[in-house]
Amino acid sequence: MGRYVIRRLIQAIPVLLGATLLIFCIVFALPGDPIAALFGDKRPDPAIAEVLREQYHLNDPLLLQYWYYISGVLFRGDFGVNFADIPVSQIMAGKFQITLNLALTALTMEAVIGVGLGLWAALRRGKATDTMILASTLLLISVPTLVTGFVLQLLLGVKLKQWTGADIFPVAGTFAGWRSYLLPGFVLAGTSIAYLTRLTRTSLAETLRADYIRTATAKGLSRRRVVGRHGLRNALIPLVTYLGADLGNLMGGAVITETIFNLQGIGNQLFTSVYLREQPVVVGIVTVLVLVYILANLVVDLLYAVLDPRIRYE
Amino acid sequence: MTKTTPDALPAEGGPGDGPLLAVDNLHVEFQTRAGVVRAVNGVSYTVGAGETLAVLGESGSGKSVTAQAIMGILDMPPAVIPKGEIRFRGTDLLKLSEDARTQVRGQRIAMIFQDALSALNPVFTVGWQISEMFRVHRGMSKADGMKKAVELMDRVRIPAARQRVHDYPHQFSGGMRQRIMIAMSIALDPEVLIADEPTTALDVTVQAQIMELLADLQRESQMGLILITHDLGVVADVADKIAVMYAGRIVENAPVYDIYKAPAHPYTKGLLDSIPRVDLKGQELYAIKGLPPNLLDLPSGCSFNPRCPYRQDNCVTDAPPLYEISGVRSSACHYWREVLDGERQ
Ligand SMILES: Nc1ncnc2c1ncn2[C@@H]1O[C@H](COP(=O)(O)OP(=O)(O)O)[C@@H](O)[C@H]1O
Ligand code: SF4
Ligand SMILES: [Mg+2]
Repeated sequence: MGRYVIRRLIQAIPVLLGATLLIFCIVFALPGDPIAALFGDKRPDPAIAEVLREQYHLNDPLLLQYWYYISGVLFRGDFGVNFADIPVSQIMAGKFQITLNLALTALTMEAVIGVGLGLWAALRRGKATDTMILASTLLLISVPTLVTGFVLQLLLGVKLKQWTGADIFPVAGTFAGWRSYLLPGFVLAGTSIAYLTRLTRTSLAETLRADYIRTATAKGLSRRRVVGRHGLRNALIPLVTYLGADLGNLMGGAVITETIFNLQGIGNQLFTSVYLREQPVVVGIVTVLVLVYILANLVVDLLYAVLDPRIRYE
Repeated sequence: MTKTTPDALPAEGGPGDGPLLAVDNLHVEFQTRAGVVRAVNGVSYTVGAGETLAVLGESGSGKSVTAQAIMGILDMPPAVIPKGEIRFRGTDLLKLSEDARTQVRGQRIAMIFQDALSALNPVFTVGWQISEMFRVHRGMSKADGMKKAVELMDRVRIPAARQRVHDYPHQFSGGMRQRIMIAMSIALDPEVLIADEPTTALDVTVQAQIMELLADLQRESQMGLILITHDLGVVADVADKIAVMYAGRIVENAPVYDIYKAPAHPYTKGLLDSIPRVDLKGQELYAIKGLPPNLLDLPSGCSFNPRCPYRQDNCVTDAPPLYEISGVRSSACHYWREVLDGERQ
């Protein structure tokens, strides 16, 4: 097991390098001049601009720039500084926490609501409840996040507060603690909840057709025990995989949600930094996101072996 | 050991006249999109304590569906049981409440399935799965249940049971897995054990060992054993009597010896003639011509008539009842006498 983990981490290095190089090239290819952007509407003094350009290696070839950057990350854990000389790691730190909170809230909602609805639908297969749950997942999948975001913000945030006088779901910022994450968390999790509901329903329905379910029934066990113990334990395996892999998606996909709800997470930061062409910040954020993906996938694979004894890693 | 006895059900060895288990004129249909599949069309057989009944028939003849109806593990819907009785110690199981049936299932009537790899839960250890019987039905602790599991694994002759009790099903060979199924099924000393093609997935030497084990266990416990098979050769040594099924019906009921000596139904005769025999080595094997009937659209009269070498005109119009030949023998053929006398028409 230990050797497997080490091998997987070594395999992750080229993935990490490839992803960062790719994003480096894309950021580099963006039109516009970062130094000019730094001065806003004012025209920079050409001499000062040239000094800054030199200082940030902007005149060097792309690959060399990349080398300066990645060697700093790999050998010194240094993500560099932005054009205002603030360390990128410092910019990311607080924001990363916000996005992580948001993503974990979304993941929890996904697990609870998605799996719950899926189980309910599977046990009422073909009945009205099942049809209704399926229809609402379809709705959730087909409406864009932008729309669900604004609509829920208006209804559950603004209107609900007007009607009840209580600020149950804060609509912006993080000043209300964990409650601030409820609404954006749900919006972020929306499509995933729908997919997980469907996946749970299919997975459990398929599991309940298995021979060992018939055996469990023949053992004289209650329906509850047959479904809840023998069925669910098996149906869970693909769900855990989905949930684990989704953590990366949620963190990377938080840009729209963070913007709607004005959460100062890395999604928001990424948006700003792309706009300002702050290569080091953009690349830094992407690097961390890639790392999250890789680690989440590794955890999923290890969990897989825990859940399914037929799988062994050596 | 105490047994929980549901209200309507006589205790073990209690009153209840007649045989231990009697299936009487059982009908099972499946409501499908293509129409009504008549899988079981009036099956009757009995098994007594300490007796072994072999249920023989081609694949699709309704053997498993009958067994599942006895166990009460058919999915209803799509299955419906429009007619028939399943009497266990005189009580019709079909009239019991679901709760009362759950009390019978696994504890008093148990079942072994064909493919132990898929029939055992892949994510629980075999010890967990065997001991579940004791934990759930006898309220035993985990540790005591595990001890019982080891005892049972010893009893079905699994080597190094104490170590292997913590292994998962996929870590065992096919034969050992089937022994685990058997151990689980006999855990609570059932009065009836149904084994649905327990050796079909195994190779020949292992088949014989499993059969021997079942026979030994039955002798020790005096349970009634129903052995389902499509292979007469497998059960010949252990069965007391045979029920031959065709298209969801019993076509012949008889003691093993009688059937071997002289079958009383053309289908049974065809089955016997298609068994490879040492004394007829080199000769081409006989095969029953034609295909099993479509259960959505059974032939009129005798279901076997399109394939029957004895067929007469009335076979196409009149369905034969189960004719009583002797106290222990019956045949669903208008011309059983001719068949019994061996006159091929
Ligand atoms: N759930 C079901 N839906 C429709 N038909 C079924 C179902 N289960 C069994 N059958 C049909 O019942 C017939 C008898 O099946 P079975 O009892 O399994 O045969 P066997 O004698 O091989 O055990 C088969 O033709 C099968 O197609
Ligand atoms: S009743 Fe007629 S068709 Fe049917 S088995 Fe007998 S002889 Fe053949
Ligand atoms: Mg079968």
